[in-house]
Order: sequence, then structure tokens, then C-alpha cells
Amino acid sequence: MVLSARDLCRDFGGFTAVNNVNLDVHHAKVHALIGPNGAGKTTVFNLLTKFLQPTSGKITLLDHDITKTSPARVARMGLVRSFQISAIFPHLTVLENIRVALQRPGNLAIQFWLPLGKLDVLNNRAMELLESVGLENEYDSQAADLSYGRKRVLEIATTLALDPKVLLLDEPMAGMGGEDVSMVAELIREVAKTRAVLMVEHNLNVVADLCDYITVLQRGEILAEGDYATVSNDERVKVAYMGTDHD
Amino acid sequence: MTEITISSETRRQSANRIQLALLAVLMIGLLIAPFVLYPVFLMKVLCFALFASAFNLLLGFTGLLSFGHAAFFGGAAYFTAHAVKEWGVPPEAGILLGVVGAAFMGLIIGFFAIRRQGIYFAMITLALSQMFFFFCLQSNFTKGEDGLQGVPRGHLLGFIDLSQPLNMYFFVLLVFVVGIFAVWRIVHSPFGMILRSIRENENRAISLGYSVSLYKLSAFVMSAALAGLAGGLKALVFQFATLTDVTWQMSGEVILMTLLGGIGTIFGPILGATFIVTLQNYLSTTGFPVTVITGIIFIICVLLFRRGIVGEFNASRLAAKLGFRSKN
Repeated sequence: MVLSARDLCRDFGGFTAVNNVNLDVHHAKVHALIGPNGAGKTTVFNLLTKFLQPTSGKITLLDHDITKTSPARVARMGLVRSFQISAIFPHLTVLENIRVALQRPGNLAIQFWLPLGKLDVLNNRAMELLESVGLENEYDSQAADLSYGRKRVLEIATTLALDPKVLLLDEPMAGMGGEDVSMVAELIREVAKTRAVLMVEHNLNVVADLCDYITVLQRGEILAEGDYATVSNDERVKVAYMGTDHD
Repeated sequence: MTEITISSETRRQSANRIQLALLAVLMIGLLIAPFVLYPVFLMKVLCFALFASAFNLLLGFTGLLSFGHAAFFGGAAYFTAHAVKEWGVPPEAGILLGVVGAAFMGLIIGFFAIRRQGIYFAMITLALSQMFFFFCLQSNFTKGEDGLQGVPRGHLLGFIDLSQPLNMYFFVLLVFVVGIFAVWRIVHSPFGMILRSIRENENRAISLGYSVSLYKLSAFVMSAALAGLAGGLKALVFQFATLTDVTWQMSGEVILMTLLGGIGTIFGPILGATFIVTLQNYLSTTGFPVTVITGIIFIICVLLFRRGIVGEFNASRLAAKLGFRSKN
């Protein structure tokens, strides 16, 4: 177990967005967080990555209590997230986007006295990452000019550049074309061999195909959990997704 | 694909060559200028151009709109003037003290301001710089409404007499070039890359493990220090330091200069400052209200060319043809 949450709660002025969520994310496993809109999936992500402070509960990352740690520090400890809206640096080139992620581990982030050319040592690694997601031909384009799906791919590549121990992907496939979906699914399967992945995903085919363990959220609470077969046969999950069965 | 890559590379090289040529022309122009134009006017332009460039480091390259930069500019002017006049330190030490003082003020104001974003950030910088304005108005060391007058320019390094206009001009030009180079170096550095990424997407930068507040605070202090360099220099040029330089109007003026010239470009603030200072100089003799004209210019700028003069040029077809911007 690399990442775990105990009794996680978050209130927004009287509205409980997340209520007593317990979550265990394991090494070399893909864990899915699913649920209808407004179930609190993104809030859970924000709590785990410390972009939001939990009202109560405890979060542990690799045996360290991170309940009160800053988001940047959590990222440096190896818990890296992607965002629901494609989080890229639009006016940097594709290569620069990746390099920004590599700069910190490469100790090339605070040198305000060095020329930009010093960053070229990161180019090989950056190109490798771009090749792994099929973006190598677009390396010199502005990130803003990429198609929506390619932006998401770039974001995932940027996240992977940090070589995180735990990867949190917020709807990585949203808005992607079929070709990109299968490529990204393959990529996630590959990277999950050596690290833990927690992802929010609406595409249930992808979830069925990719994920080892599924947690279903509804109204901020855990409705069901288990592998795909268990969860998909759960009556409460069916109701939550399809509405009440009137027959 | 390789062909496209190569053509974009050569285009970039030719752009570099054109930019270098422009830079050379500009430098030669600045070297000849004091023999043609009034040196004090030129020095004023250079001081404000440096001030606007320092401000642009924060607005254009980090994405932080400070509405209190006059505190650093005017504050440094007081520090330098006081040190030179009352303590009798040499001019270079006086300017250095101004820079250190401005950087320290930047540390304090920045420390509070970076806790908030957008309009709230701007409001905090405005509030704190107004507090500094009232401090300057009330305290003894600034001599209130009179300001510090008759500041001696002194001898640079003990032997160059700065009371000679040409000596002073070339000293100002040297400081200006060093200051602009510092801005350029910071922007085009590994650190500058992180600043740009924060400007582009702050949350993403955090999620990549960057302690964004530290980067913002560093940029704030650097910008304040460079604004202080311009302010200290101005105090020596005009031989006085007054309340005008710490007013909120001064903070507004530097925003106008930067917007007009083009935020996020190196030459934009220089051009914007030159334009505004020249305009003020001409209008001051005609009796025409300067603020009306600058207000109209501001509105035209925001409505018609939001990228500023240099920004619009960079985005134009001509610039693409000359290779200032890669098309793919």
C-alpha cells in the first residue's frame, strides 16, 4: 500500500462533499474511482494531492503522514496528478512543456544566471518521453496548437516525466479520439507495472479493461468497491448509474 | 518533418541575426544620442525604460500585476539620495544602497502579496505602497513635501566627475544596459522558464513539485531590486528625490508604459517608456493636459492593440516573414 486515506471528510460551508472515504492504493495496480457527476471524485483527488485541505481524516503516502503537507511537497515525494481540464503550459513548445517537468529533478530550476541552452541536456530524455506517447513530431509546436486529445497526451507525458511513485489521473481519456484512447490505455498499463495508479474515468470499457480495483463514489460516500465483476453486479451501483428500476 | 524542422531552425537563426543587427543600431543610436539630444531628457527615458522593464519582469514573464511598483522606484530614489547627500557615500555605493533597500521592501511587500492572486494581489501591493507613500509624506528623512533636494552626483569610482552631463549620461547608459541584460538573462534562464510555466498554469507548476510561492517571491524581489536600480539612478540624474516617484500615479504610469510597448517582450517596455516620456516632455511645454492624452492612449491601446506595439509587431505577418516567430 503506497497511498491510503482514512475517514477522509471535506465540508464546503455545511455541504459535505466527501464523507468518510477510505481508500488504499497499491503498488503496481490500477485503481479506478468512478461515480456519477458530482459524486466527489475530483474533490477526493484534490484532497489526496493536498490542493484542498481535508476537514478531517488522515492521508498517508509511503508511510509518511501527508495530511498537512503542501501540494508541491507532496508532488516532490512522488505523488503526481493530472487535471480534468488539460493542464499544459499553452504558450510553451511541446518540448518545453516536458522539460519544465524535468528541470526540478535535474536541478535546473533556480539558476536565473544561466542561459536557456543549459536546458538542452534534458532534451534527450524529453524526446524519449515524447516518443513514448507519439508526440515526437510536434516537439516544436506551441502546446496551445495541439488538438484536444493530443494536449491530454502531452499532459500525461509531462506527469510521467517526474517518474512518480503514485500517479493520479483525473479523467485521462476525456475527449480523446479512439486511437488516442487505446494508446493512452496501453501507456497506463505499461507505467502501472512499476507504480501505483489511481484514476477517475467515465469510460467503463476502459475501466473494465484496465483497472484492477474499483471504488464507486456517490454523494461523497463510498457506495461499493471491488473488482469490475463485483462492482458491475452490485444493485446499488446499477441504480446509481441507471436510475431507479421501476419494474 | 525534418525539412520543416530545418527551415524553422534557419528562420530562427535569421531572426537572431536581424535582432542582433537591430540591437547594434540601437546601441550606436544611444551612443550618438547625447550629442544630438538633451542628455537629461535621454537619461530620464533610460531610467523609465529600465523601470518599465523591471516591472515587465513581473507582469509579462511571471503573470503578476503589481500596482505598487512606485514604492520600489521612489523608495530607492530616497535611499540613494539620502545616502549620497547625508552620508556622503560615492554614487555607485548610493545606488547599490537604493537597490538593496528596494529589494528589502520587495521582500516585505511581496511576502504579503503573493498569498493572493489576480486583483487581490494588485490590491495588496497598492495598499502597502500607499502605506509607504504616507510614511514618506510624514517622516523626517524624506523632508515631506519638499523632498530631498540638491543631491550631489559626486565622482564615480572617485575620479569620474558625474556633474559633467556626458559623463553622467554614459554612466546611466552603462547601468541601463546592465539592467536590461539582467532582465534578459533572468527571462532566458532555467529559472525564467519556471516563471513562465507559473504564468501559464500555476496549478500545473505546483503539481510538478514547484514551490510556486518561492518562485513568485524571488521574481518579485528581483523586479523590485531592478526598479530600485532605476529609481536610484533617477535620483542622481535629477539630483532630487520627491513624493512624485512614490505616488500611485507612478505605479499606474509604469503599467501604461509596459502595456503600450508590449508586455512579455524585452523591447516593449523600453519603447513604451520612451514614447510616454517623450510625450510628457513635449506636452509639458504646450500647457495641454498630459493625463488626458495618456488616458486616451491607454484606451486606444486596450481597444485596438492589446498586445502593445512590439507585441503586435511580433504577431504580424512581417515578423513571421522576418522569422521572429516560427509559423508551425
